[in-house]
Amino acid sequence: MPQHIVQKYDDELKKLSTLIVQMGGLAESQLSAAVEAIVKRDSTLANDVVKSDAKIDVLRNQVDDFAIELLARRQPLANDLRVIVSALRISSEIERIGDYAKNVAKRAVALNQAPLVRPVHAIPRMAALVQALIKDTLDAYITDDAVKADAVWARDEEVDELYTSLFRELLTYMMEDPRSITSSTHLLFIAKNIERIGDHATNIAELIHYTVTGEMQKEDRPKGDDTAYAVVNAPGGQR
Amino acid sequence: MQNGTHNDLRQSEIEIKMKASKVGVFYGEKQALRDVDLNIPARSVTALIGPSGCGKSTFLRCLNRMNDTIRDCRVVGDINLDTLDIYDNKVDVVQLRARVGMVFQKPNPFPKTIYENVAYGPRIHGLAESAEHLDHIVETSLKQAGLWKEVGNRLQESGTGLSGGQQQRLCIARAIAVAPEVILMDEPCSALDPIATAHIEELMDELREQYTIVIVTHSMQQAARVSQKTAFFHLGNLVETDDTKVIFTNPKDERTQGYITGRFG
Repeated sequence: MPQHIVQKYDDELKKLSTLIVQMGGLAESQLSAAVEAIVKRDSTLANDVVKSDAKIDVLRNQVDDFAIELLARRQPLANDLRVIVSALRISSEIERIGDYAKNVAKRAVALNQAPLVRPVHAIPRMAALVQALIKDTLDAYITDDAVKADAVWARDEEVDELYTSLFRELLTYMMEDPRSITSSTHLLFIAKNIERIGDHATNIAELIHYTVTGEMQKEDRPKGDDTAYAVVNAPGGQR
Repeated sequence: MQNGTHNDLRQSEIEIKMKASKVGVFYGEKQALRDVDLNIPARSVTALIGPSGCGKSTFLRCLNRMNDTIRDCRVVGDINLDTLDIYDNKVDVVQLRARVGMVFQKPNPFPKTIYENVAYGPRIHGLAESAEHLDHIVETSLKQAGLWKEVGNRLQESGTGLSGGQQQRLCIARAIAVAPEVILMDEPCSALDPIATAHIEELMDELREQYTIVIVTHSMQQAARVSQKTAFFHLGNLVETDDTKVIFTNPKDERTQGYITGRFG
C-alpha cells in the first residue's frame, strides 16, 4: 500500500499496531507462564502472572486512547478507518485473553495446594494449541494476511475438540474418585478458560479478515465444543 | 449471494433522474473527460469527488449545458433528464437550466434586494400569476432554503449585505424559486465557515426529499456526510461509483482508496 502524503499519519498507524502487537505478545506470555505454573506447581510464578495482568490493561487503555485520538484528528476513511476501528476491538479481545490467563494462574495457586490429578497432562497440550493460535493471529495482524487469519479461525475447532474430550475425562475421573473433585473442578475451569482464549483469538482473526478485505466473515465458524450437551453415566451402570 | 440479490432488487427500484452515457468532453484538442457512464438517482444526493483537474466539475457542468458557454468546448455522448436528451438541438437551454439549477462555489447574489434575487427567476420564466403569487414563491423559496427566519422582515435590503453563508442560502433559494428538478452544486461550502457549512448540509438533507442534488466537493467528509451515492473521478475518468457507505468504508479501486485516505497514488 502506498504511503500517506502526511507521513506522520503512517507513523501513527504504525504506533497503533505496535501497541496491539505488544499487548498480544504480553497476553501470549501470560498464558504460557500460567500454564508453566500449573505444570511445575510453581505458585510464585502463578502470583506473578496475576500481578502482571495490569500491564495488559494499561496497554489497552493506551490503545483505546490513541485510537480515539486518531479518529478525532485524522477522520480516517476506507482501510484506515477499518484499521483503527479494528484496533479498538482487538485491544478489548486481547484484554479478555489477559483476564482468562490471569484466572488460569489464580486457579494454579489453588491447584498446587491439592494433590496432583492425572488429567493435568492435557492442559499444556491444549495451551500449546491456543498459544499457536494467538501467535499466528498476531503474525496475520502484522502482515495483513487475511488467508492466515482465516486459517487460524478454522483451526480453533481442534481446541474445542480437545476441551470436549478433557471435559469428559474429568467428569469420569471425579466419579471414580470424589477426593479429586476440588482439583478436577479447577482443572475444568482452567480448560474452559483456555478454550475461551481460543475463541477470542478467532474473534481477532475475524477482525483481521475484515480489516484486510472490508468484508465481514460470512460463514459460521466450525465448532467442536459439544460439552453443553455432555452427559457421563456413573460407573457401575444404571440402577 | 444474499447480499447481492438484495442490492439488485434495490437497484431496480431506484428511479433514475439523469443518465449519462459515454460522455466525453474536449477543450479544443485536449480531452478533459472520457466515457463517463453515470446514473443519478432521483431525490437523493450524489457526490462527485476527485483531485483537481479530474473532470468532476466539467462533468457537473455538462448536466445543465453550462459548458456550452465555454469556447472550444465540445461534449460527446448522451445525457438524459428523464426521457429528454438534453443535448438535442431542439432543447431550449434556458428552459433546461430552469429544470437543472446550479449553485456555485462563491455565493453570487445579484446586486439587488433579497426579494428581487429570488423573484427574478420566476418572473422571467413567467411562473407567477400575480404579485401575491410571486410574494408566495419568494417566501416559500426562502423558507425552503432555511433563510426566511433570518431575512423575512428585511426583504428590501440588498442581498450582497448578507453573510457568506446567508448569501449561499439566498442563491439556493434563487435556484429553488424556478421549481427545478435537479440542483447542481459546485463546491457550495468551500467559502463558508463550519457553521454556515452545517446549515447548507442540513438544508441539502431536507431538499433531497423533493429535489435531485448533485454536489462537487473537495471535502471527503462532506461527501460522506451528505450524499447517498458517491462517484470518484480521476484524470478524466469515472473510476468508481457506489453507495457512499461503500466508497468510504470499502472502496474497490486502489485509486479511490488512495485518494480518500490521502495516499500517494
